[in-house]
Amino acid sequence: MSAAAEERGARAPWALTAPALMLFVGVLLIPLAMTVMLSFHDWGQYKGIEPVFILKNWHEIASDPYYAEMFWRTFRIAILTTLLTALLGAPEAYILNRMSGRWKSFFLLVILGPLLISVVARTLGWALLFGGNNGLVNKLLMSVGAIRSPIPFMFTETGMVVALAHVMMPFMVLSVWAALQRLDPQIENAAMSLGAGPMTIIRRIIMPQIMPGVLSGAIIVFSLSASAFATPAIIGGRRLKVAATLAYDEFLNTLNWPLGAAVATLLLVALVLIVVGSNALIERRYAEVFR
Amino acid sequence: MAYLELDRVAKQFGAQTVVDDFSLSVGKGEFISFLGPSGCGKTTTLQMIAGFLDPTRGAIRLEGKDLTAIHPAKRGLGIVFQSYALFPHMTAAENVAFGLEMRGVPRSERAERVRAALAMVGLAGYEERHPRRMSGGQQQRVALARALVIKPSVLLLDEPLSNLDAKLREEMQIELRQIQRTIGTTTILVTHDQNEAMSLSDRIVVMSQGKIEQIGTPQETYEKPASAFVSQFLGKTNDFAGTIDRTVSPTLLVAGSWRAPAPAGLGGPVTVSIRPERIGFGDTGLSAKIITRIFQGNHWLFQCDSECGPAIVIRQNDGQAQPAEGDAVRLTWRPEDMSVRARADA
Repeated sequence: MSAAAEERGARAPWALTAPALMLFVGVLLIPLAMTVMLSFHDWGQYKGIEPVFILKNWHEIASDPYYAEMFWRTFRIAILTTLLTALLGAPEAYILNRMSGRWKSFFLLVILGPLLISVVARTLGWALLFGGNNGLVNKLLMSVGAIRSPIPFMFTETGMVVALAHVMMPFMVLSVWAALQRLDPQIENAAMSLGAGPMTIIRRIIMPQIMPGVLSGAIIVFSLSASAFATPAIIGGRRLKVAATLAYDEFLNTLNWPLGAAVATLLLVALVLIVVGSNALIERRYAEVFR
Repeated sequence: MAYLELDRVAKQFGAQTVVDDFSLSVGKGEFISFLGPSGCGKTTTLQMIAGFLDPTRGAIRLEGKDLTAIHPAKRGLGIVFQSYALFPHMTAAENVAFGLEMRGVPRSERAERVRAALAMVGLAGYEERHPRRMSGGQQQRVALARALVIKPSVLLLDEPLSNLDAKLREEMQIELRQIQRTIGTTTILVTHDQNEAMSLSDRIVVMSQGKIEQIGTPQETYEKPASAFVSQFLGKTNDFAGTIDRTVSPTLLVAGSWRAPAPAGLGGPVTVSIRPERIGFGDTGLSAKIITRIFQGNHWLFQCDSECGPAIVIRQNDGQAQPAEGDAVRLTWRPEDMSVRARADA
């Protein structure tokens, strides 16, 4: 091959990926860089945004316990949501996998169906059921005398975790389902023939093999829950803010864009660190199962 | 008395009968093969012995006790699966130890027995390896060790060698036979490979479409096939259409221009079955033309076009000159080498 042709060959991949690369840079990297830069700008009630480099916003986030509380709440809700989806989703996927053909596809549709409905609609459904005195479930339970006052759901962390877990469940089920597909179909029979009972089979044979699926599902659910906006906005509203709703309020209500940008950047960096870190841990721990 | 006994066992899935009227007694220490094409019900039968499936009818007894009443986890059988079904998250030693652990064998004894089992299958030093880091043959050995370490009353092998390449398969066959002879475990092997069945087993159960075609030693099933299916399935065979002429005395069996004194009991149209290695070239007999001649090292394979249809002949490479392609030959054989059955289609 001539030197010119070789050079052309080396340049071809770049030329071919250039359009996608430009789109990526244009709509993701540049806005992201601008947000990060924005977080270092100054802002005043009367002067608006001033393009200077100061650490005022970062200092405010670091020193005011209001922000720390907000971030703790965000991650607490994300962790609880992740635990709830794992506790319910993993058995759900296992049962689903054991169903016979027709029922399996039907229930897979039932589980994935909610993905077709907007998050806002799904969360508003919870509000209709449990929203104060007029919530359907609350009304019913109060009329039969089972409870005296409405079940606290709206503007509570519990309510947010329940609604988020509902929204995130398909991601966990799909992830565990994928891990279950990798299982040898005879593996349970093998364990049984060696004398293992049903609980031992699940605990010693199935669980360790689907753990990578549960963990990768957990990463997806955690990062989506921590950055979720619609559900916390509807359930928590102004009274119970999380990082995403806080950033939104800073941008659109206070109009303090630089502070909102700082909150958004911090959430992004924290999530990236957590996700990359736990992913590395999981891959090291489950190297044998992943091979 | 029979050690393991299957008494008119049948399995139905809906309206479909997969295994029907399966009766067999296995002696202690015997090596039995279930041989048949895929879908003949051999694996289903094995799964019923293992307890993964319940028979629709019939009884399975081990030492006189009803086996079907015992939960599969309590049957104490060793099973090697076609896919090996090793536990990928455990090391080879942990895999082998699992059955002992379930039986509550103390840790120190466990370690000793695991080491011995792995050494027996030639895997000493591989204790800490994970299955996915082992070759197919090694995984196969771990699966065998895992099944044998619990000292099973019966060892069930479900096509254990079908995922190995030809050379390794042959090695494992010899090894499997030696191990089975040494420890004397009653063994049932499911296979579709007739060579494997013949080289390993004491007796072969030939199955077709859920039914037993023949039970016999490898020699019996090969030399005296009970049905056309058995003779076709076990090795190559030539089927020639013939007739028994009872109008002459002594009565004659005629196939083309080959003739011999007729065996007693049969008359009219018959099928003459003869193994390719039992046919020789002579001066009289079935006239044929050699179409292809293939040299296979220790023997020659001839494909001929005879007056009774296509024929295969195998001759030992004993240094004698052999006929060439296109030669006209006469095919002949000793009457005691053939089996004669009444022809159904005539």
